[in-house]
Amino acid sequence: MVEGLQGLGRLGLLAREVVRSVCIHRPSGRDLLYQLYFIGVKSQSVVLITGAFTGMVLAAQTYFQFHKVKMDTATLAVVSVSMCSELGPVLTGLMVAGRVGAALAAELGTMRVTEQIDALRTLATHPVDYLVVPRLLATLIALPLLTAEAIAIGIGAGYLMGAGYFGIDPAYAWHNTVKYTTADHVLTGIVKSFIFGGIIGLISCYKGMNCREGAEGVGRATTEAVVYASITILISNFFLTLFLNRVLQQGS
Amino acid sequence: MIEVRDVEKSFGAQRVLDKVSLRVENGESVVIIGRSGGGKSILLKHLIGLLTPDAGQVLIANEDLAGMNERQLLKVRRRFGMLFQGAALFDSMSVAENVAFPLRRERDWTAKDIAKKVSETLEMVELQGTENKTPGELSGGMRKRVGLARAIVHGPDIVLYDEPTTGLDPIASDRINKLIVRVCGQLKVTSVAVTHDMRSAARIAQRILMLHQGRIYASGTPEEIFKTADPIVNSFVNGISDTK
Repeated sequence: MVEGLQGLGRLGLLAREVVRSVCIHRPSGRDLLYQLYFIGVKSQSVVLITGAFTGMVLAAQTYFQFHKVKMDTATLAVVSVSMCSELGPVLTGLMVAGRVGAALAAELGTMRVTEQIDALRTLATHPVDYLVVPRLLATLIALPLLTAEAIAIGIGAGYLMGAGYFGIDPAYAWHNTVKYTTADHVLTGIVKSFIFGGIIGLISCYKGMNCREGAEGVGRATTEAVVYASITILISNFFLTLFLNRVLQQGS
Repeated sequence: MIEVRDVEKSFGAQRVLDKVSLRVENGESVVIIGRSGGGKSILLKHLIGLLTPDAGQVLIANEDLAGMNERQLLKVRRRFGMLFQGAALFDSMSVAENVAFPLRRERDWTAKDIAKKVSETLEMVELQGTENKTPGELSGGMRKRVGLARAIVHGPDIVLYDEPTTGLDPIASDRINKLIVRVCGQLKVTSVAVTHDMRSAARIAQRILMLHQGRIYASGTPEEIFKTADPIVNSFVNGISDTK
C-alpha cells in the first residue's frame, strides 16, 4: 500500500518534471520525429488489423441480434458509434500499450541498468528532456491518429461485412450510420485516445526509468508497464465515458 | 578544486560512507583504492552529483552540490567528464554520435566543427576510423576508449574514472592507463579515478587515497602507499587475504 502510494507520488513528480521540461526546453525535432515513426508508423499494422476485425465481428454480432427484430439497417450505426466512442480508442490504447509500452519500458530500463541514463546526466543532459519528453509527446500525438485510423478501418470493414456478406441495404445502412454517429462520438474517441496516449507514455517511461537492477528488473518493468498502462486505460475509460458523455452530449 | 566534507551515505541499514572527507587540487590526479563493494564508486558518484549525500558537503569550486536540484546540477556537470565502468555508451548511436553527444548540446558548434573535433578526439584515443561502428562491434577496451573520448571531447576541467581497467586484459589496461596519463598531461584536467587495480593506481596516481570501512583510511603518494607498513594497506596493495 505504502509502496503503491510512493509509486504514485513518483509518477506525479515525473509528470510535473515533464511539464516543466516542455515549458523551458524545446524538444529535439529529430528525436520527436523518430519516436513518432517508431510509435505511430510502426504500430499501424497492429492497430489496423485490430480495428478491421473488431469492426467485422461487431457487425456480425449486431446483425445476428438485430436481424431477429428486422433492424438490419441499424447494424452499421451501432458499429460506427461503438468504434468511435469506445472500441476504437480502447482497443488502440491496449494494442499500443502492449507494443509500445513494453518497448519503451525495456529500452529505458536497459539504459538504466547499463548506466546510460547516468551517463546522460554526467553529460549535462536531463533524462526527462532527452528521453521522456519526446516519447511522451509522440504517444500523445500518435494515439489520436492511430485511433482515427482504427475507427475508419473498423467502420469500413463493418460496412463491407454488413453490406457485402449479410446483404444489408447499403444506402439505408450508410444513412443510419451518418444519422446516428455524431461529431461528439468522434470527439469522445479522440479525447480518450489523447489521454490514453499520455497514460501509456508516462507509465512506460516511469517504469523504465525506475527499473531495478539486472535482467529481472528490466523484465519486471516491462511487464508492469504493459499491465499498469492497460488497467489504467480500462479504468479511466469508464470515468471518461461518464464525464465526456455529460460534457459533450449533455447527458443524452 | 574538489572538496568532500564529512559525507555520509547509507543504503538501508548499511552505511557505505561514514564521514568521508577529501580534497583534490586543480590539475591533480588522485586514485581512490579500496575493496570491491567498499563504496568507491558511490563516493565517485557523489562528486558529480549522481548521488546525494545523507549528510555532509560536496564542493566543486566552492559550490555545494548537496543542495542543488537536478537542473542546477546540469550546469555544474558541464565542467565534468566521466568514464563509466562499463563505458555506458549509447548503444543506439554510432561511435561518432556518442563522442559528438556533449558537443551537440552546445548551440555554437557547427556540424563540420563537430565532425572535426570528434575525429581529433578519436585519434587521441587511437581509434581513428571507427566513427561509423556501433558500440556492439567494439571490444571492451575499445568501448572504454570511446567512453574516454566522449568524456574529454568537450574539454572538461575534471575527469572521473570509475574502474577504468576492470575487465580488460593487461595490454588493454596498460593502454587505458597511458591514455589517462596523456589526457591528464595534455588537457591539464583534474582526475579522480577509483580502482582496485594496483598497477593502474601506481601508473596514473599522483596521490592515492584508500577507502576502508566507509572512511578514508590512508593517503599518500604511490611510493608511500606501496611501501607502507600498515597491515591493512599493505595486505590490500599486495593482494594478501586473511583467509587461512
